[in-house]
Amino acid sequence: MVSPVIGGRGAAFRPYLSILGARFRVLLQYRAAAVAGFGTQLFWGLIRMMIFTGFYASTTRAQPMSLPQVITYVWLGQALFAMLPWSLDAEIRAMIRSGAVAYELVRPLDLYSWWYCRCLAARVAPTLLRSLPLFCVAGIFFGLQAPPSWSSGIAWFAATVGSLLVGCAFSNLMNISLLWTITGDGISRLVPTLVFALSGMLLPLPLFPNWAQRILAFIPFRDMVDLPFRLYVGQIPAVEAGSVLAQQIAWTLILMFFGRWLLARGLSRLVVQGG
Amino acid sequence: MLKILDAIRLYFRYLGISMRAQMQYRASFLMMTVGQCAATGIEFLGIWALFARFGSLRGWTLPEVALFYGIINCGFAVAESLGRGFDIFPELVKSGDFDRVLLRPRSTILQIAGREFQLMRFGRLAQGLAVLIWALLHLKIVWDFARAALLCATIGSAAYLFYGLLVLQATMSFWTVETLEILNTVTYGGTETGQYPLTIYRPWFRRFFTFVVPIACANYLPVGAILGMADPLGASTWAQWSAPAGGFVFLLISLQIWKVGVRHYRSTGS
Repeated sequence: MVSPVIGGRGAAFRPYLSILGARFRVLLQYRAAAVAGFGTQLFWGLIRMMIFTGFYASTTRAQPMSLPQVITYVWLGQALFAMLPWSLDAEIRAMIRSGAVAYELVRPLDLYSWWYCRCLAARVAPTLLRSLPLFCVAGIFFGLQAPPSWSSGIAWFAATVGSLLVGCAFSNLMNISLLWTITGDGISRLVPTLVFALSGMLLPLPLFPNWAQRILAFIPFRDMVDLPFRLYVGQIPAVEAGSVLAQQIAWTLILMFFGRWLLARGLSRLVVQGG
Repeated sequence: MLKILDAIRLYFRYLGISMRAQMQYRASFLMMTVGQCAATGIEFLGIWALFARFGSLRGWTLPEVALFYGIINCGFAVAESLGRGFDIFPELVKSGDFDRVLLRPRSTILQIAGREFQLMRFGRLAQGLAVLIWALLHLKIVWDFARAALLCATIGSAAYLFYGLLVLQATMSFWTVETLEILNTVTYGGTETGQYPLTIYRPWFRRFFTFVVPIACANYLPVGAILGMADPLGASTWAQWSAPAGGFVFLLISLQIWKVGVRHYRSTGS
């Protein structure tokens, strides 16, 4: 009697897996955008690399991260740029605007999970396209270093998966907020700015002033960029990967519960104009 | 002469109409402006944090870098809001609507330039100005008329230069039809580059932004003169003072290339 139960569970997951696969194949079509993105990211990485080199040449004080570590951190950020929760899901936005979101409710799927899967695909597909060439070019020519040890590399990989989960839970929250704001103009501008500044994309978080560190430790943004990158360069030893992962999973669960609650409230007051 | 005056009058009429249209959505305008102000201002927060930790950048202080930052951002904001018509130009080529522009008895440059005036860019302008004023308050510059004029000319030069880049970007679509985002690297990337003194970059990178895309003319060279320092890279005082003309020349060249592009235009027919 055990196997049918497992089979039943597998069947429950199947639609979400196929959504993931289908969205993935759609998104992998955008190769021209990936080429343009590659050029931009490479240029950006070069500028930032020279800026940091300049700053490190101007001081003799000990810093929380060494210059090669910072340069590797910068290139990781450029390579995995597409993975961050930058944008609202344009199709969900259009659906909410046009009222077509009503069809979403008719689907025999859990709405939160369905939107979450869309989000996962939207993050992973472009990242796969863009990151590999950048890893190669930056690794050969521009000072992107390999992790100091195998364990650091594995810890980074695990934490990157964790950061993806947190990021999508956060993105989904942004999507759900559209049920209230409809256009999402304010959110689509302000939130990415916040993420950019506080996740480590603007500059490696350890370089922020010391008083800011305590605040940064209490918000989920560092789980999206900073912690995995520091594991990669070995600034956080690989043995602490467990606590990083635990923190990421905790934030994912918190954001997911909040998202589900918000979605339920949003749907209970949703009015779709007929027509 | 009368023709030019008439063209200018028409241009401002275009801008007025566009402005009124945008002010119909006042809340949206306000939110976008604040959003842009925050999004661009965050960059300066990063610069500030780095100076707080490292003290100086190859001998440059925070107020000096803030001066670079303010000039380039103000110039870019002006170019972006006035040059929006060129920014969205590829859509006209794609849809074939450029045919209609060609039929009207006015220059294409005037019509495209007047298509849209983007108020939202005030966000970038506001934060650029704020940083610029902060820098001027903290720098001990001996002001005279010539220096003040040079500062204005430098901001103008940056605006001309970025406008020229937008024109070039639009011109490319005559050949490619598609929007090419690769030039964003030079516009946004140029802004990013210009926020720091040129001396911190590698030689090939410096040469590119001096002789190919002359951002140094609209920023690094004249700022040296404003600060009253000899250029560590060896440019003469004469070069420092005449550099802002480079931005203007760049725009003139871009407009000539645009004219070549228009002659090359073949309608998509849709």
